[in-house]
Amino acid sequence: MNNDLLKLDKVETHIGQYHILQGVSFEVKKGEVTVLLGRNGAGKTTTLRTIIGLNPASKGSVTFKGEAIQSLPTYTIAKKGIGYVPEDQGIFAGLTVEENMRVAIQKDDEETAKRMDWILNLFPDLKRFWKKPGGLLSGGQKQMLSIARAYVNENELLLIDEPSKGLAPIVVEKVMDSIIQMKAETTIVLVEQNFMMASTIGDQFYIIDDGRTVSHGAMKKLKEDEEMKRKYLGIA
Amino acid sequence: MDLIINLTLNGLATGMLIFLLAAGLTLIFGLMDVLNFAHGGLFAWGAYSGLWIYSQTGSFIIGIICAILTGFLLGIITEKWIIKPVYGNHVQQILITLGLMLVLSEMLKVIWGPNQITASPPDYLKGSWELGGVIIIKYRVFIILVGFLIFTGVQFLLKKTKIGLVVRAGVMNKEMVQALGINIQRVFMFVFMIGAGMAALGGVLLGPYSGVIHAGMGMEFAILAFIVVVIGGMGNFKGSVLAAILVGLSGSFMAYYVPDLSLAVNMLLMAIVLIIRPQGLFGAKG
Repeated sequence: MNNDLLKLDKVETHIGQYHILQGVSFEVKKGEVTVLLGRNGAGKTTTLRTIIGLNPASKGSVTFKGEAIQSLPTYTIAKKGIGYVPEDQGIFAGLTVEENMRVAIQKDDEETAKRMDWILNLFPDLKRFWKKPGGLLSGGQKQMLSIARAYVNENELLLIDEPSKGLAPIVVEKVMDSIIQMKAETTIVLVEQNFMMASTIGDQFYIIDDGRTVSHGAMKKLKEDEEMKRKYLGIA
Repeated sequence: MDLIINLTLNGLATGMLIFLLAAGLTLIFGLMDVLNFAHGGLFAWGAYSGLWIYSQTGSFIIGIICAILTGFLLGIITEKWIIKPVYGNHVQQILITLGLMLVLSEMLKVIWGPNQITASPPDYLKGSWELGGVIIIKYRVFIILVGFLIFTGVQFLLKKTKIGLVVRAGVMNKEMVQALGINIQRVFMFVFMIGAGMAALGGVLLGPYSGVIHAGMGMEFAILAFIVVVIGGMGNFKGSVLAAILVGLSGSFMAYYVPDLSLAVNMLLMAIVLIIRPQGLFGAKG
């Protein structure tokens, strides 16, 4: 049986006159954390934005649960069960933490309430600052809110873009722990520059270079492959 | 003292009429990043359609309802067929909405003729009260109350309902709203419809207030509404009401004391705000 939850096949994406993705292909298996690695500007963020439909693919296909989604509008893709945590966290700065969560909730049912409890127990800071505007939170708290917002709906897939970016090491650890806990519940595609975090959380990896997937395999394998780390990730 | 009170009431009533036009304009700009120069046309259409129905039925209330419905309908048509194809392109938006403004004004002349049309309030809103020697004109108080009611209603909608929450979130980050599974296009249409409805309501209320309506009234008031949007902060709903009151009051007092400067003072106010606080007195997109 095909265990692929998400499949990208030779995806190409243009943004204005720029040809950003020039052939990205990968598969994401249910229950796993797939990490997209690569240098700055390689096309990792655009890959996530293409999956969620914010930068639609100009060629190739994106298949989610066997259904082609590359031509659907963003809100329809999200409703199919894909949560998105953008690189800039996408917090609504003028809304309180509570309102940020309320905007995200798609179904007001018992399951959502359970998920809300779970995520607020994972990030008690959000409960503490429940009535505080999102714009006044610290960088780490904003990241937690962004992740919580994506998780609160029963999404089968989470797309998380550089959750450790700009955060203090102690906060990175907290965010990493939370993703590890969420891993038991949902499938994750993670873009991450912090190799320590990526290799701790990830099951599979894909390396994107110049808008193309150039290598992939089990994360364990990459950890031991010094040549590949040096060549594509600049890690000596 | 009675002069000050009357000038204040006059300023507040004018401010509320400008607010009804500016509120939609600011919400549409804040959420959709669209500068709608045709908004004044919707204001004029509200005046003509509402007052025509009023003259046919004899009921001012039915006239008001029809004006709002005309605004809703024109708002939906404008958003769907005129604005939607030019989202993201400001130059095209300015050209197409200015063109639409002209079409809407000329259509009024085609249907109702080029001459001014007189209007007066219904009997129950005619006349005045005398309070402590001060004459208070009923219709002005009516306009202030309606403006206040609309402001409170829209504030309630924005602050206490899910659609309002989505509109506020959309003003801050459209992309993220979509990524949370919300159809922003529907929200756009809803906001456009509400904005157009408020503008049309402002138009129909203006008729009996000024005594006459004419096809160019939309453009005249749109200029004041744009001044208000800039002073209040583009996209800031609360800012638009405060700025509208400020513009209404300054216009009213200046028209009495220095009539030649009554419009210039608003322009001056806008210029000062742009120099000192370019994001508007109350901040943009609040």
